[in-house]
Amino acid sequence: MDIDTLMTTLGEQSFFAGLRPEHMVVLASTAEEVEYGGGVEIFEEGGHADAAYLILEGAVALELHVSHRAHHIVQTLHEGEVLGWGWLFPPHRWSFSARTLEPTKVVRFDAVQLRAAWDSDCELGYEMMKRFAEVMTSRLKATRLQLVDFYGNTH
Amino acid sequence: METLTEPAVIDQMTPIPFKVQSVREELSHTFTLELEPPNGDFSFQPGQFTMLYAFGIGEVPISISSSATRETTLLQTIRRTGAVTHALGTLKSGDYVGIRGPYGRPWPMKEAKGRDLLIIGGGIGLAPLRPAIYHALENRADYERVVVLYGTRTPDDILFETELRRWGDRTDITTLITVDAADRGWYGAVGVVTRLIGRVGFDPLNTTAMVCGPEIMMTVTAERLMEGYAVAPENIYVTMERNMKCGIGVCGHCQFGSKFICTDGAVFSYKEVGHLFDIKGV
Repeated sequence: MDIDTLMTTLGEQSFFAGLRPEHMVVLASTAEEVEYGGGVEIFEEGGHADAAYLILEGAVALELHVSHRAHHIVQTLHEGEVLGWGWLFPPHRWSFSARTLEPTKVVRFDAVQLRAAWDSDCELGYEMMKRFAEVMTSRLKATRLQLVDFYGNTH
Repeated sequence: METLTEPAVIDQMTPIPFKVQSVREELSHTFTLELEPPNGDFSFQPGQFTMLYAFGIGEVPISISSSATRETTLLQTIRRTGAVTHALGTLKSGDYVGIRGPYGRPWPMKEAKGRDLLIIGGGIGLAPLRPAIYHALENRADYERVVVLYGTRTPDDILFETELRRWGDRTDITTLITVDAADRGWYGAVGVVTRLIGRVGFDPLNTTAMVCGPEIMMTVTAERLMEGYAVAPENIYVTMERNMKCGIGVCGHCQFGSKFICTDGAVFSYKEVGHLFDIKGV
């Protein structure tokens, strides 16, 4: 997929809304579109976090390996959502596994190139960090609600 | 000498015996009673409740979970949480229960005509919403988009699962389910129910939201609708529960701020009661 098509694809995603065109070019230059079948592991808990993902179509389960055979699904992610931030901070390891629940299309961003781009252009880096921080805050809040008895004592 | 007017109140306090036609176990602690009115005559509106009397044990307020127009029997879905609900859970076909009501303000089905309906339930909170869903489907042309979002703890805790799946197959209603925790046997969504809101289409300026679940679930959902999508608080409706006793606004047991849940509610707009959720102990 050429860079113009990738820019168009990214431009349709709310996560990138309002970014300057030159920043979109930089982001698109680190990206590729990837398709997975259903039940495919995109990355594995504890593995090297070498990419960021944005889901274009499909659904992905974030899984925690809790015992020899059991995998606990922590959260599912869907169209328009970013997947993974283990690549952002050392030691660049995944905290969860990511497995597709159905045929899924993503944009995959190369982590090394992405970090380098953000480091060299602090305006881009700050803008993207704000967006990731908002996603992290939202997911943390959702996870906290999952910890309380959210559907408990009623009617 | 002035004539006392209590007989009217006494009538409202006298339960009418309804025959238990069937008992259906829904989940491990939740069951549905199918009740037959004495003369086949019982009318209610979606969102209303009855005071259900287990003879010799006591009364509890229970929302009606059946269609307001389709069946001649009355369905009430109950979770075993105390002495009365446990007693109701031991009833068998042919037994009797006492019924008072229906009581309370219903869901605003008439006011929502011509608008998108966003119906959001948590746990057993789907039961009071089911008559509203039935109403929307039975009068489908009256509404624009109809969306049902349901969240519960685990796949084993999904109430009315067969029906939810059936609605999920229809093209005239969008139905999404999410759970808090699951293993690999589950292929649906995992996460809080508010995360489903972003996955469905609706017009925030022309939407009526009906939300039922624990108070924290209703508060978080209403805030998400207001802050994330600019749905006005007067267009978000919740159904409240307090310790109701008389059901007719006499005893004051269910006072919620300046409101009585039994007569002013149990359905309220978030504009009416949202500020009360922030006051501890109310």
